[in-house]
Amino acid sequence: MESKRASFEGALEALGVTVSSTAESELEAAVTEAVTEPAVGIALDETVGDEAFSLTETPVTVDPTPVALREATTGVTGAELGIGDYGSLVLSMTEAASELVSLFVERHVAILHEEDIQPDMDAAVAEVDERFNETGGSAIIATGPSATADMGALVKGAHGPREVHVIIVEEGV
Amino acid sequence: MATADEIRELMRTEGAAVAENTQGFNAGRYDSVADLKDYEELKQAARSIKEDAIEELPDLLDQLTETVEANGGTVYIADDAADANDYIRNVVDERAADRVVKSKSMTSEEIEVNDALEADGVDVVETDLGEWVLQVADEAPSHIVAPAIHKSRESIAELFNERFDPEEPLETAEELTRFARKKLGEQIIDAEVGITGANFITADTGTMALVTSEGNARKTVAATDTHVAVAGVEKVIPTVGDLHPFIELIGRSGTGQDITSYVSLLTPPVDTPVVDFTDDETPLSAFESDRDFHLVLIDNGRLEMRDDDHLRETLYCIRCSACSNSCANFQSVGGHAFGGETYSGGIATGWEAGIEGLDVAEEFNDLCTGCTRCVNACPVGIDIPWINTVVRDRINRDKDAPGEWLVDGLTPDEEDDGAPLQKRFFGNFETVAKLGSATAPVSNWLAGTTLSRRAMDQILGIDPRRDLPTFERETLVDWAASRDSQVAEPERRAVLYPDLYTNHVQVERGKAAVKVLESLGVDVVVPPAPSSGRAPLSQGMIATATDHAERVTETLGPHIEGGRDVVVIEPSDHAMFTREYERLIDEAAFTDIAENSYEVFEYVFGLLDNGASIDSLTTVEGAEIAYHSHCQQRTLGLEAHTVAVLEDCGYDVVTSDVECCGMAGSFGYKSDYYELSMDVGDRLRTQLRDDGVQDRPVVASGTSCLEQIDALLERQPRHPIELLAT
Repeated sequence: MESKRASFEGALEALGVTVSSTAESELEAAVTEAVTEPAVGIALDETVGDEAFSLTETPVTVDPTPVALREATTGVTGAELGIGDYGSLVLSMTEAASELVSLFVERHVAILHEEDIQPDMDAAVAEVDERFNETGGSAIIATGPSATADMGALVKGAHGPREVHVIIVEEGV
Repeated sequence: MATADEIRELMRTEGAAVAENTQGFNAGRYDSVADLKDYEELKQAARSIKEDAIEELPDLLDQLTETVEANGGTVYIADDAADANDYIRNVVDERAADRVVKSKSMTSEEIEVNDALEADGVDVVETDLGEWVLQVADEAPSHIVAPAIHKSRESIAELFNERFDPEEPLETAEELTRFARKKLGEQIIDAEVGITGANFITADTGTMALVTSEGNARKTVAATDTHVAVAGVEKVIPTVGDLHPFIELIGRSGTGQDITSYVSLLTPPVDTPVVDFTDDETPLSAFESDRDFHLVLIDNGRLEMRDDDHLRETLYCIRCSACSNSCANFQSVGGHAFGGETYSGGIATGWEAGIEGLDVAEEFNDLCTGCTRCVNACPVGIDIPWINTVVRDRINRDKDAPGEWLVDGLTPDEEDDGAPLQKRFFGNFETVAKLGSATAPVSNWLAGTTLSRRAMDQILGIDPRRDLPTFERETLVDWAASRDSQVAEPERRAVLYPDLYTNHVQVERGKAAVKVLESLGVDVVVPPAPSSGRAPLSQGMIATATDHAERVTETLGPHIEGGRDVVVIEPSDHAMFTREYERLIDEAAFTDIAENSYEVFEYVFGLLDNGASIDSLTTVEGAEIAYHSHCQQRTLGLEAHTVAVLEDCGYDVVTSDVECCGMAGSFGYKSDYYELSMDVGDRLRTQLRDDGVQDRPVVASGTSCLEQIDALLERQPRHPIELLAT
């Protein structure tokens, strides 16, 4: 059987979402490579509790002003889960404004721990169900770039990002 | 009711865009659900969640109200549109909002909240690109998911260039999208209130699911500080976990996408900070998340629908649009003809009857022909044709009865009042057919005269461009009575049901069926039997159809009891016995006839599978043939049997894949619908004229399909059973 990660990456490719992978220690380099400047992001290290996620050695402006957000090309956020069979990301909505950073940009770069890839939608909804019932909250199941067919043909990049890139942080590397 | 002129005009102006888009969605649905290994299980799970939720609705509403209030939001349950609008106007007024941005919501269209707010001087902006196009054009949605489906790229470009006069004229879809994104983006960040719909709301956590692709719903919520969600009361389901089957099914069933770009699972008020988008100094995280949330749940007739045994199923609808896209008539005319005040497509009859009333449902209800192609497409298994039939019956009963002198003798039906003359004529076609055979060939000559065709057009609305059926003097029953069984030691015994058309019009296919069954070792009888009730049912004459059903089961019952199988040539009658009768007669009688009835090729397939020899039939070596199955036959999963038997007999078979031939019983005969019927038929004609198909003889299972193909092609089609007889 295909591994969760392989099916996830296959699904992302079909959606036109690019993928790179990295060890924790090389994360900042991977982020630097993945962003198109100007880039903004949210403070991942506070959520993860790991300095490797501080983004200080990257071109990313962490916790930007609203004007900087609107001028940015790339937004960098974490992703709570990946969903193997759909290539979806589960994005949480935090007080740090991850929703704004992943949405009001042309290019969204999502950082995902390999162990957070769920095999399928059933498992992912079960995870979300558990979290919502324990601590409340909201989430977006985001699959590929924003899109519309309302103008007579399929166009990527409607109100939300036109490009999505996923950085998979590998386990035990 | 849409007239022939209105339908013609819509087909001319919107037909091409509607056809291309709906057929694309429909093809996408087939592909997308085929990838889902547990599709049927997911549909069953979705159905059962909805059934239970509507059953428990009052309790769920109480639970949801408690949860949302505990989360810091407000719940308002509005009795009707005016009540909902008053509440929303008040929220907007208290926020002192100049602008309200909206993401797409059919329920907000239903209550016409835009008009209410605009009357107060509020700037209301639709942010879904399709809805925005319609707002700019001042047009109504033609589809519940893709509202501007009737507009081509060219017409949108023309609209934008004329209205906004951009520096460079807009042309491509990419340019149009960029332009709209920029213009709407500026308006979204400047708005105070965001209105969204909700596809589902869970009572356990107060979480609402919003299924979108553009990202405008996310922005509508994130960029404003006051969120008003408008939804029908039927949208409540028990738990977040219950969302699972719907998330997998809704996009696939609707537009054929495995999943839309965004499924927002919002438990408002959300934690995202409310920012001032012009601020150049304060970091995002320093803004407060000070948000108001109002959930406006709308009754507007729904709780009465819940108490209505026939309309209740409508409340299971998840507004995916599968019934629109899979509907042959909708593919030709779209929601501007096949729709009411708000909703469109097959399920709209239930919504509009329940919300607006029978008069609105009547405007488009006749466009459902009962072909049943939407039934398997519906992710919650709603019997949409039945809802249309029930509403048609109610509409009929709302009318004054036509003059008795007009229908006397021709309409020995069970309708106490109501059904208009045209419906009663078609509903009582059995009487016409009996008279037609008894007086043939004179009846055929008389019916064909210009004078009678003119009278039929004027009095009955039968289009003079249609050929009328030619009645045979000797019926199938008469023929069978005049001969002895050819089988000495039968393997099985069967009663061949003499459906109306086989008995009176297409008698040859009946004779062929008898011969085929006999050569496979079956003892066959063809007793006189009442017609199935399909004709009155399709006219919404349920009492008459029920009377037929009871008499058919009384007639066939003793044969079944005596060990005979029931074999049916006409697929629409077979579908009556195995599907529709469940609604008309008691359970035991239904089970008895349903379990013992077989479509003729299903039966032949079974005989061959159980050892009968193919050598008893006429076989060929690789002869090419084109086969058009029947809509109701396909819904019952019985197309494959005919294909398999024909292939076993040596044929090289290609099959059509249009949803319906367009004739649909009496539909294509009606003057108002003749041109629509031919437009639908044109898709079948195109397939039958394709390279590699154009020279193949055509076979078709349904009477209507055979008549339609006869009108569409030079090649005269036959029933496939006629190929097998020796």
